[in-house]
Amino acid sequence: MSKFKKKTKADTTIPTSALPDIIFMLLFFFMVTTVLRDQEILVEQKIPQASQLQKLQKKSLISYLFIGKPKNTSLYGSEPRVQANDVLVTAPDIVQWVNQERDKLPEADRGGITISMKVDKDVKMGPISDVQTELRNADARRVLYASTGKIYDN
Amino acid sequence: MARSKGRGSQEVNAGSMADIAFLLLIFFLVTTTMASDKGILNILPPKLDPNVPPPDIQKNERNIFTILINANDDLLVEGEYRRSPDGLDKEIKDFVLNFGAPTEKGVALYNTFPATLQAQALRRAESSDDPTEAVVSIKTNRGTSYELFLEVFDLAKKAYFDIYGERVGLSADEYRQLTGDDDASKALQDRGKADLPMAISIAEPDKIGGN
Repeated sequence: MSKFKKKTKADTTIPTSALPDIIFMLLFFFMVTTVLRDQEILVEQKIPQASQLQKLQKKSLISYLFIGKPKNTSLYGSEPRVQANDVLVTAPDIVQWVNQERDKLPEADRGGITISMKVDKDVKMGPISDVQTELRNADARRVLYASTGKIYDN
Repeated sequence: MARSKGRGSQEVNAGSMADIAFLLLIFFLVTTTMASDKGILNILPPKLDPNVPPPDIQKNERNIFTILINANDDLLVEGEYRRSPDGLDKEIKDFVLNFGAPTEKGVALYNTFPATLQAQALRRAESSDDPTEAVVSIKTNRGTSYELFLEVFDLAKKAYFDIYGERVGLSADEYRQLTGDDDASKALQDRGKADLPMAISIAEPDKIGGN
């Protein structure tokens, strides 16, 4: 028995003095990358996949339009709707919305406004074409079809 | 003097620092959404002035690669019916690089290509004259699903990015990663697409079968 007891116990405590530093590092990472959600999404958003994605250089130029079936179908119906900021709008309101978004930008950048269209997979081309017609009327012709990455195997 | 004041313990109790940091960390973990501003860029055509008649463009049928997609998500590519868009990128690339009957501009462009791209010119009489003339036309229906449209548009873009990349000795992916921030990548980017604009035309959907 005494043979087993002879083993000296190593000090098993982990030094925790550096723990706050590690946690702080993680904290700063998330603080920097975080974007607080300033709007509630009222429509379904299953973003389609594509392979030829491009990233825009200036994020400040992007305004978002969400298109999809409303989540609250009893209130808004089941037809795809367009959400701008935090309200559902109809197609003719888009021109006014674009002008408001454009006025928020500094004067030199107003020509480069880009509309990121976050469209649900199940939407048909009809509503999208209506929105694009309005965007052309508003002369906001740079459109980004938001999509997530996909890899082709060829 | 101030020195005479008795000094108590000057150390802040740092034991609970980790807990506070954890609390903040968890808050930001929960509220964070990784920014995803990636997508496929498209430039819409300008609004038509009702007082000016639309420009009458005469183009040879062979210079237009037509893709029609109907409300059942069936495709009609250059008059041929098919169920899925697989392989379209290769066909579009062959079409653009055909050089059937190049114009002066086309010949000048051809001479800037590296040998690997020049070898891909099939010179078929029934396909496009040269890349400056070639147009890829995508026409959908109001009932076409957005997902399929995006897939086809994606493939058309892929064909062009393949060509741009090959021109400067990169793969399509590497070419797309070029940011244009510094002079070197900007030069590569410009050299890839010089005199060869992406001619992808998206026609307004027709009304049958949609809502």
